[in-house]
Amino acid sequence: MSVSAVDSGQKNIVQGGRLARYGLRSFALGYLGLLLLVPVLMIFYKAFEDGFVHAWESVTTPEAQHAFWLTIVMVLAAIPVTTVFGIACAIVIVRHRFRGRGALNAIIDLPFAMSPVVIGLALVLVYGSRDGWFGQDLAAAGIEVIFTPLGMAIATAFVALPFVVREVIPVLQEIGDDQEQAAATLGAGPWQTFWRITLPAIRWGVTYGVILATARALGEFGAVAVVSGRISGSTETLPLYVRKLFDTFNVAGAYAAAVVLALLALAVLFAMNWIQRRDRAILAGPSVAAEPAAVVPHIGLPDEKESRS
Amino acid sequence: MARFSTKLRRGGTAGPPSAAAGSRGGDIRAALVAGVLAIGLGIGVAACGGSSDASGSDGSGGTIDLVAYSTPQELYEQRIEPAFTETPDGDGVGFKNSFGSSGDQSRAVEAGLPADFVHLPLEPDVERLIDAGLVAEDYDAGGKGSPQNSVVVFVTRPGNPEGIDSWDDLVTGEVEVITPNPFTSGGARWNLMAAYGSQIAQGKSEQEALDFVAQVLENTPVQDASARDALQTFIGGKGDVLLSYENEAIQAQNAGEDVEYVVPDETILIETKAAVTEEADDPEAAQAFLDFLLSDEGQRLFAEGGYRPTDEKILAEYEEEFPTPKDLFTIEEFGGWETVATEFFDPENGSIARIEADLGVATE
Amino acid sequence: MSDGAVATPQAPPRPALRLGFGGPGLTRGLVVGYLSVMVLLPIAAVVSTSLENGIGAFWDAVSAPQAVAALKLTVVASLIVVAINVVAGTIIAWVLVRDEFPGKKIVNSLIDLPFALPTIVAGLTLLALYGDNGVLGISGVSFTRVGVVMALLFVTLPFVIRAVQPVLLELDREMEEAAASLGAGPLTIFRRVILPNLTPAIIAGAALAFARSVGEFGSLVLISGNIPFDTEVASVFIFGQIESGNTESAAAVSVVLLMISIGVLFLINLLARRSMRHER
Repeated sequence: MSVSAVDSGQKNIVQGGRLARYGLRSFALGYLGLLLLVPVLMIFYKAFEDGFVHAWESVTTPEAQHAFWLTIVMVLAAIPVTTVFGIACAIVIVRHRFRGRGALNAIIDLPFAMSPVVIGLALVLVYGSRDGWFGQDLAAAGIEVIFTPLGMAIATAFVALPFVVREVIPVLQEIGDDQEQAAATLGAGPWQTFWRITLPAIRWGVTYGVILATARALGEFGAVAVVSGRISGSTETLPLYVRKLFDTFNVAGAYAAAVVLALLALAVLFAMNWIQRRDRAILAGPSVAAEPAAVVPHIGLPDEKESRS
Repeated sequence: MARFSTKLRRGGTAGPPSAAAGSRGGDIRAALVAGVLAIGLGIGVAACGGSSDASGSDGSGGTIDLVAYSTPQELYEQRIEPAFTETPDGDGVGFKNSFGSSGDQSRAVEAGLPADFVHLPLEPDVERLIDAGLVAEDYDAGGKGSPQNSVVVFVTRPGNPEGIDSWDDLVTGEVEVITPNPFTSGGARWNLMAAYGSQIAQGKSEQEALDFVAQVLENTPVQDASARDALQTFIGGKGDVLLSYENEAIQAQNAGEDVEYVVPDETILIETKAAVTEEADDPEAAQAFLDFLLSDEGQRLFAEGGYRPTDEKILAEYEEEFPTPKDLFTIEEFGGWETVATEFFDPENGSIARIEADLGVATE
Repeated sequence: MSDGAVATPQAPPRPALRLGFGGPGLTRGLVVGYLSVMVLLPIAAVVSTSLENGIGAFWDAVSAPQAVAALKLTVVASLIVVAINVVAGTIIAWVLVRDEFPGKKIVNSLIDLPFALPTIVAGLTLLALYGDNGVLGISGVSFTRVGVVMALLFVTLPFVIRAVQPVLLELDREMEEAAASLGAGPLTIFRRVILPNLTPAIIAGAALAFARSVGEFGSLVLISGNIPFDTEVASVFIFGQIESGNTESAAAVSVVLLMISIGVLFLINLLARRSMRHER
């Protein structure tokens, strides 16, 4: 039973003839092959080019281990907050009406359009303990931001910001708010409506948003590099450690560390899929076999047909 | 909305049971989210307050925050620092190291990166710290701020198939030169000043020297962002000759890369600078460390690592590894870095900027 | 941006939409607050730096020939990348959701990988693979504008795919079935029934892809060649300005990049809305 994000449980009406199907498939696989599969294979190959032992040693030095855990901490510190605000932001943009909504929507993608070096610079400008806009006051209160893991977490959250929002907004738009309206008329409070109706409906958007945001947080180099001060064994994340390995001519080691990052990203993907699967199994009950997709309490069944525009 | 608005797919069951089931699934999800959030915030906050385990000793003799350029990273961590802690002055001293590109490091220290000891290959980057009040103006009086030098060399393929051994070989039009972008890489500036200076040393005029630099750049198909990237590009197969620091070439060879290098007759002395900062938490330890670097033992450690010692006596011991070029000049001949940075490398009006612009217009 | 509201002729006047924690006001406030601190503040810092020497200096920095060349290359390359992503990404998402073939799950899991890798690894790998001296060497890729586009395609791969997938998964087949039973061919069904529903998602993915392309540095810097006026992108130029001590100029060009991004994103949204209106 296929319970992954790639459902094809139902008959595919739009596939068209065999030719179309194979054509599309070939294109997709060809494109992915060139830009994804072959490079990933290459990375794994190069990681073990100097032998498995060498690769293992490169990623298990004390410095490497510290970098590994620091990266995990960065992700745990930045992603949950990003997810919560991402969902809230998506709801505000799609469901609320107020002036400035368009502006809010426009700001979301901006973290991306900034070169990582500039992001680092901007954060130092704002939070730097010597001359920063807020940094000076924060330092006086004993809070150091730049050159500490806190600043790095902020930088990570900055670059991960757009993902959950952008993944959830289209799904929110897609599902429409009938259900939510119906729930409201039936007396459900906003929190209930959110938990029981909206969240399950946007689950795949949230899932992919979290996966993308986490992947980005794992791989972030530029902005974190500037904000971290690159202190070995202290503010060095795994991507920074990759750079260090590269700089000391341990290219195979650099690839090995990259493999670790890739495995972490895969772990997140599987974890998210597993969470989805568990929910679905519980929600759908015995008839789950043929219905791998979203299951939502269906209130107002008779009115369904009329809600089309 | 014209599009056929879709609805949520129907579930396997309908009505109240699924509502209850929804809440069970929601509860699990809620628990998971809450758990992760809690972990995240907790660890995050804890991490902020956490500090590292410094390398080296237990830190009972103090801790030195060392901020340096990226190349000597391995040498510091694996040879010099351990050797220092063996000495009576260095007993029990711990190190917190940060390595990166010269400009990045300098800007970081200026912005507040804790640093007791800095070592950078570009004097302007140290000047920045002097301007910020972080390094004393007389840090280099009597050479006490110059622990290590290098020279610009030609890195070639094994066997030097193109027979490159002089600057003129670079501009024949049949040789591809690799040198980094002078606006993003300090190393590139040394390279281009070496090229410029080589012509002056040969008796050419300033304009002829500039034209020569333009010719070199014309034969440069790639201008990597950093010196290490340029080395990587060269090792990857691009280009016939790479302009680089001598110690980079030696390090590459030691790491097993298949390259050779030639010390040209005319080249520039790359003078790196080191200093104890004014705001050092542990100035005695840092000063002891700097003294160690300038001592015979320290100088020999540099030499063993491929870096030219500044102590002439020690340099003479390693005559074979570090041949003295016929015509070795320094940046002082062109007015020192302060003048050169403005005259040559000012991004808008510097002569190199104009050369790049002319070349660029030609390639458009 | 559409808000997904659907008119229901028989329903009573709809109650004010209340979603979120403690009512719309608090949610909105928190969201705006978070965005202001996290996004607006750093951007304000950049803008303020760019104007440090006055608007004259801002204009000089931005109109310098090298800056203009870098900006042009960046924007053109990013637009090309977005166009390719929109088509390829939608097709791939379609194949991943609606098609079935051995290894599909593996392929699906790998989509986000380019993204989780530090950019230097991405650049290094592409160079080692497709560069002139690469394993699968194709000439004319490394150190050319083609290399720039290739690196950007690599790092923006997941965006459109992952934006379209969730929507495709949520799509109700009923309408497709209805259209088919009314005699519509597959292409028509796709064009009239499915695509309009995918458009917001494609737009969202395209926006992310564009914004990322415009700011990308690490993966490009090894494979592009960085020759000023030729293969130097805006982010490398900006980096060069910072290294040369010209922080104001770097900030100025960054601000222009941001403005261009906002402009392009606005245009994309406009086009999307226009095309959706046409369907009426």
